[in-house]
Amino acid sequence: MISLTGYMVVSAGLFCIGLYMIVSKHNAIQILIGIELMLNAAILNLVAFGRYDRFNNGGQMFALYAIVLAAATTAVALAIILNVYRQYKTIDPGKIDELKD
Amino acid sequence: MSLVQALFYVMSFIALASAVYVATTTNLVRSIFMFFITLFALAGLYVLALADFVAITQIVIYVGGILVLILFAFMLSGKETLNAIGRERKTFISIGNLPALLLAALFLIVLVNMIFKVDADNLEWIKKSVALKNDIQPDAAMTENIGVNLMTTYLLPFEAISIILMVALIGAAHLSRKGDRS
Repeated sequence: MISLTGYMVVSAGLFCIGLYMIVSKHNAIQILIGIELMLNAAILNLVAFGRYDRFNNGGQMFALYAIVLAAATTAVALAIILNVYRQYKTIDPGKIDELKD
Repeated sequence: MSLVQALFYVMSFIALASAVYVATTTNLVRSIFMFFITLFALAGLYVLALADFVAITQIVIYVGGILVLILFAFMLSGKETLNAIGRERKTFISIGNLPALLLAALFLIVLVNMIFKVDADNLEWIKKSVALKNDIQPDAAMTENIGVNLMTTYLLPFEAISIILMVALIGAAHLSRKGDRS
């Protein structure tokens, strides 16, 4: 049997890698990948704890909801990134610093 | 060490190592394709946690959907992004990345410290669940139970998420339209 602590340590590592990517990258797509990594870390925790709930399946069910939500978020975020690229010709979030066009 | 445990260590090593590569490489295409590997390793971890349906969903939605979307956005945003990446060709630990690295490392220390203090395997409700035989056994088929629960206990979130998906679909299609902006 695999201990829950093992899953939680792996998930903490993934979360921190995602955090590092979000803070340090100069590219909106890479920041999005960092957000996906953090979401996956959370889903791993949900699945690992969901093992101890056989009748209601709470953990697995909300892991499924989180995956679907991540898909919806990514679609909208990529549409926004494409629009920003069309307007500013760059997708570096640090360089997009004016609101009017 | 049993086979399951060995597989767990292999899978988590692959997931963490490929995630580190995704974070450190300067080549955007490589980082996107290594993200595939991370997601597959995570699906393997879900299987080891006896959540086979979630693992399949992870592969279908993440690898089949989200990564293709990300690749599309990368290709549509053209050469400019590649040039921007190429210009900042630095080593992993540079002055610019130091605050981010420090933040992530400190966060990791706090989290791991907390995890070992919580001692999740001896929590009250987990012990009770094992005693009541409420934990999933390796030979159980859970997909049917998930389907029944989806239509009974968790019907409200199911409907809510269908509406959210609809809104996101229409919103994304509207946002990425070429339309005339006046």
